[in-house]
Amino acid sequence: MSAIQPNVSEPISDELALVRAAKRGDDSAFEELVRRYDRNVFRIAQHITQNREDAEDVVQDAFLKAYGNLAQFQEQSKFYTWLVRIAVNEALMKLRRRRPERMVSLDEEVKTEDDSLPREVADWSPNPEQMYNQAELRDILTRTIQGLPAGFRTVFVLRDVEGLSTEETAQALELSIPAIKSRLLRARLQLRERLSRFFQKRASGDGNK
Amino acid sequence: MKCTEFLKELTNYLDGALDERTKSDLEDHLAWCHNCYVVCDTTRKTIEIYRDSELYELPEDLRGRLRSAIMTKCSQSKKSGPQSV
Repeated sequence: MSAIQPNVSEPISDELALVRAAKRGDDSAFEELVRRYDRNVFRIAQHITQNREDAEDVVQDAFLKAYGNLAQFQEQSKFYTWLVRIAVNEALMKLRRRRPERMVSLDEEVKTEDDSLPREVADWSPNPEQMYNQAELRDILTRTIQGLPAGFRTVFVLRDVEGLSTEETAQALELSIPAIKSRLLRARLQLRERLSRFFQKRASGDGNK
Repeated sequence: MKCTEFLKELTNYLDGALDERTKSDLEDHLAWCHNCYVVCDTTRKTIEIYRDSELYELPEDLRGRLRSAIMTKCSQSKKSGPQSV
């Protein structure tokens, strides 16, 4: 089996050129950075906050904060990684505000089942995404990922949906690499387990309808 | 390789981050352990489905409004000098 390749990001030199121009006061360069990453920031924000209005606010606040603090960006990481860190913090603040009764933190150790293999492993239909129409599939995927703890959800989204490397995810979330790997494994396994309910082969043999 | 050892290496395997020796041990295990093969295969599908799913796409009209609001606020913040945002 071949390895899953992360989404390819923009060349760093191009990004850095825009950042440096923006630092010199070129707002059109900053606008280009907004154009380049607004979709990603929106997706990350909505995954964390699970609320559309909050996600819209996070997009605005994160870019505004990046703009105001551009001089402090040391260029030791990609601009995008730095921006993601700002956006994740903004999104977590929104989440805490909305759910003050629950502590929302990325660095707390999230209790889960142990790492033993599931006792019953149901195989999936060969093309599980074709078992449902697009709206049904989105609903299943959204509800399933929303069921994960925020710490797992965020790591999964950054690594597997947005294609950040383990190191970039660790930088963006200010967590250690082993912590990222542990959360990623658990997030992937929990999602797999939960999706099995919808995607397993059907006994009637129509699993590939 | 035992199933628990396979599970520990699963994320590195799916990310292509294993050395040749461990990768080969893991693939030997997958060749005879059906449960681990299914876990590996369906975990890979889980990742691919989420990656391809286009959840939470930003609609173009909203995108334009947000960008315009961001740039207006940036411009205002420049005029009023440095401030905490």
